[in-house]
Amino acid sequence: MTPRLNEIWVYLSASPLLGLTITLLAYQGAFAIYRRTGNNPLANPVLIAVTGLVLLLSLTGTSYQTYFSGAQFVHFLLGPATVALAIPLYQQARRVKAMLLPVLAGLLAGSLTAILSAVAVGRLLGASLPTQLSLAPKSVTTPIAMGIAERIGGIPSLTAVLVIVTGILGAVGARYVFDAINVRDPAIRGFAIGVASHGIGTARAFQVNEQSGAFAALAMGLNGALTALLLPAIAHWLSIV
Amino acid sequence: MLAALTQLLIFQLIGEVIARALELPVPGPVIGMLLLFLALGLRGGPEHELQTTSQNLLQHLSLLFVPAGTGVMVHLHRIADEWLALLVSLLVSTLATLLVTALVMKACQPRPATTGEAP
Repeated sequence: MTPRLNEIWVYLSASPLLGLTITLLAYQGAFAIYRRTGNNPLANPVLIAVTGLVLLLSLTGTSYQTYFSGAQFVHFLLGPATVALAIPLYQQARRVKAMLLPVLAGLLAGSLTAILSAVAVGRLLGASLPTQLSLAPKSVTTPIAMGIAERIGGIPSLTAVLVIVTGILGAVGARYVFDAINVRDPAIRGFAIGVASHGIGTARAFQVNEQSGAFAALAMGLNGALTALLLPAIAHWLSIV
Repeated sequence: MLAALTQLLIFQLIGEVIARALELPVPGPVIGMLLLFLALGLRGGPEHELQTTSQNLLQHLSLLFVPAGTGVMVHLHRIADEWLALLVSLLVSTLATLLVTALVMKACQPRPATTGEAP
């Protein structure tokens, strides 16, 4: 690089502009690929965008902190977007009321399965206790999961990554699971995807069907609350057995 | 759009205050979502502006997870050490959760009386 270009690079790499712009570009590129494949779950836009960004940042030697100083403006919108989930939820309120029993039973069964199976498999394969505790809240939305991990002795930033991977796995795999067990009801499909894979699953559900999206949003909120209540007790038990 | 966005932020703000004041384990935005849901019930539904702004925001919900997801680069070393346990655990647990939740819901679903099945 010439000295002049170098100066520009030094300036840009320290300003939030670059991180924000590449986040939007990477996502739009990933979304175009997703659309071109006919919304194929395997072409998950979060997965493609994150892969591209990690490669780009690694190749240019940019730290995550520098990147995040720009990307945080996108990250911040998670809050108001979570609040906005009340609207599709409201529009499905009647259906939710009619399905109250399956919703509550599915929530309890799914929440416990998510926690216990993650820890059990991790433990069987020799993961350390902090790693097991970081795995435990992986099915709930990032801010709740990080808060829980911190409280029970996990590693919050590792949990954040595991949460995202879980979201992608659920968004990618859900269709095949539901088709295999012949579950067609968009409400059940949406709710299960929300319990298993929080906001990323919810995003996928909204792209497929409005009703699925609303049920996924409901499941995400309920599972976040339930896991926050259940997990401290379960973690205490895990640490002594 | 501006009024609707402000409204969402106000509900988030109230949610954060409640979560912190009562030391609830649930984060502020989720409480904000519940409060807005209750408010919509009282108001008889969202006004047009709130509806379209929310739709625009939720349409690209995936985008909002990209910055946190990119954080994977910070943990590449730890993940390299325990990658097999992590990957298998996440895969098995996510699929099991999808399966169990969907099957339990299907089993509990009330069947409409008019399906015309033979007794």
